[in-house]
Amino acid sequence: MRRTLFENLTHGPLTEPPPAPDEAALKELAESVNRAAKARLGRSLSIRQVDAGSCNGCELEIHALSNAFYDLERFGLHFVASPRHADVLLVTGPVTKNMREALERTYNATPGPKWVVAVGACAADGGVFAGSYAVAGAVKDVIPVDLHIPGCPPAPMDLLRGLIALLH
Amino acid sequence: MTVTRSIVNEQAWREAVAQLAGGRMTLLGLWGDAPSVHMALLDESTGGIAVLTYECVDGKFPSVGAKHSPAIRLERTIRDLYGLEPAGAEDARSWLDHGVWHGGEKVSYQFLPVEGDGLHQIPVGPVHAGIIEPGHFRFTANGEFTVRLEQRLGYVHKGIESLMVGASLDKAAKLAARTSGDSTVAYSYTFALAVEAALNIEVPARATYLRALVAELERLANHLGDIGAICNDAAFALMHAQTSVLRERCLRAALASFGHRLMMDVIVPGGVAHDIALEGLAAISTLLTELRRRFPRLIELYDNTASLQDRTVSTGVVKPEYVRQFGTGGYVGRASGRAFDARRTPGYAPYGKLTFDVPVRDQGDVDARVWIRIREVEQSLSLIEQIVDALPDGPVAAEVKSAGEPREGLALAEAFRGDVLVWLRLDADGHVARCHLRDASWFQWPLLETAIEGNIVADFPLCNKSFNCSYSGHDL
Repeated sequence: MRRTLFENLTHGPLTEPPPAPDEAALKELAESVNRAAKARLGRSLSIRQVDAGSCNGCELEIHALSNAFYDLERFGLHFVASPRHADVLLVTGPVTKNMREALERTYNATPGPKWVVAVGACAADGGVFAGSYAVAGAVKDVIPVDLHIPGCPPAPMDLLRGLIALLH
Repeated sequence: MTVTRSIVNEQAWREAVAQLAGGRMTLLGLWGDAPSVHMALLDESTGGIAVLTYECVDGKFPSVGAKHSPAIRLERTIRDLYGLEPAGAEDARSWLDHGVWHGGEKVSYQFLPVEGDGLHQIPVGPVHAGIIEPGHFRFTANGEFTVRLEQRLGYVHKGIESLMVGASLDKAAKLAARTSGDSTVAYSYTFALAVEAALNIEVPARATYLRALVAELERLANHLGDIGAICNDAAFALMHAQTSVLRERCLRAALASFGHRLMMDVIVPGGVAHDIALEGLAAISTLLTELRRRFPRLIELYDNTASLQDRTVSTGVVKPEYVRQFGTGGYVGRASGRAFDARRTPGYAPYGKLTFDVPVRDQGDVDARVWIRIREVEQSLSLIEQIVDALPDGPVAAEVKSAGEPREGLALAEAFRGDVLVWLRLDADGHVARCHLRDASWFQWPLLETAIEGNIVADFPLCNKSFNCSYSGHDL
């Protein structure tokens, strides 16, 4: 264990330089982020992830945000265990009918000011699952969405760009 | 693989159920195809697979679950999705259907009664504390100890099998690839094998090797990520930090080689969608060197950290008799003595030409499941080396033409968590008439309920992660 720890200290960091905020994401956000909320949040955001019906591909890439390469926490972004602690809901998947109520309740349990980020192709429009009897629709069909991050699944860099845009 | 399907009468159906209950056959799958029900059976002594069909009378079929409990959830699903009734089944509750699909009110779910002194219940989910999929766990505890766990799943049911009906092969392959994102390669692989079995397609040799390459990369990435995540659930973050880096390196090599970090839609019916990129082999060679250098030290770290072993050894024990009864695949089965691996039995190209071991343990605890994964990482590294060395030249896809008549195909392939079964029927135009996908999780989830009994509630995340069942793959 000592050798592993020591090597971590002596080798350069793996962490990627921070990506520029995504232009399209910035534009989409401009209206929903106001100065007051920014002052109140102090450039730190607590994120609660909600899988509303995804295939779990998006979750894998969201997990990757915490590895040494992306190191999400250096931007003041961190995942929390309860919607009551959250500023941001990071929602994946088409919203299944069986998850609709849980998503609504999670949204209602999140104190304002709050933002909803819809992650992935399915969250944007249902993706390949659109039109199923078991799918309620896109995330925006169930709760208000402030930002979409496209991709199937979005790569961690795409997620990072979108989330950093939330801070600007 | 060519599998004959036989339409049987009630007597023969009941005889098959008796074979299952007597442990002479293993249940591979049970699914609806209204107005019929199909059952796939495996004879583990010969590796033979058979599919039996019972044509329902008045919408009913003789219950399999009444005699053989691994079929209970499958039967409840058949009732939910196809309205076919398992006659004689004890559990009349719905499973995937929560009552809201067709505009109805949510049904109140009756958990099984638990009686005794000093018991309390802890409801958990569907939205959990971590970044994981949704499901509900109802714990009954006495103080810190779990007396009983009951699962309630179906939250991420997306109606995949219904979306498959009438879909082109292209669309259906995309749906299959999104059945469980962590096993996207394995699902594409199994789906393609089933289509090729139905249409009698010979896949070019280079494509078979590239398929095994992406499948082993997926297995590596998942095992590395999960070994760390299991340790993290025992509060040993160092291992998690280290294996997360190795997992990321796998995904980057996958991106450089096949243009997608999770290698989605790379395997298609007929072969692979595109050849490996020019820089891919170099990226994979660098990855292998890095893993060969780093991973042994992490094994040593796991083996020498007593405080970590204190959490994993003798925690969450799965009994070998349950694993045999349920035909449980993957590391859950192999950690409790069941040496089944679909790459061996029934086997598929190119694994017959490659050398690998199927590691087996018999302790059945969290520690044994970690060790199976460690050994499988080593096997995957060796397999990737063999594949790269022997990669044949030539085309990477065969033409996929409809047969001009309805055809059926079945395939069983090994995902990182266990065997995936795909059975499908194509119509004369080559569209999907019916496609059933059975995740390994169907025969693992019920054993998690047994594994947690007598453990403290706080060890549930550890036990759960050591199973890492798929919610999406199960809920469909």
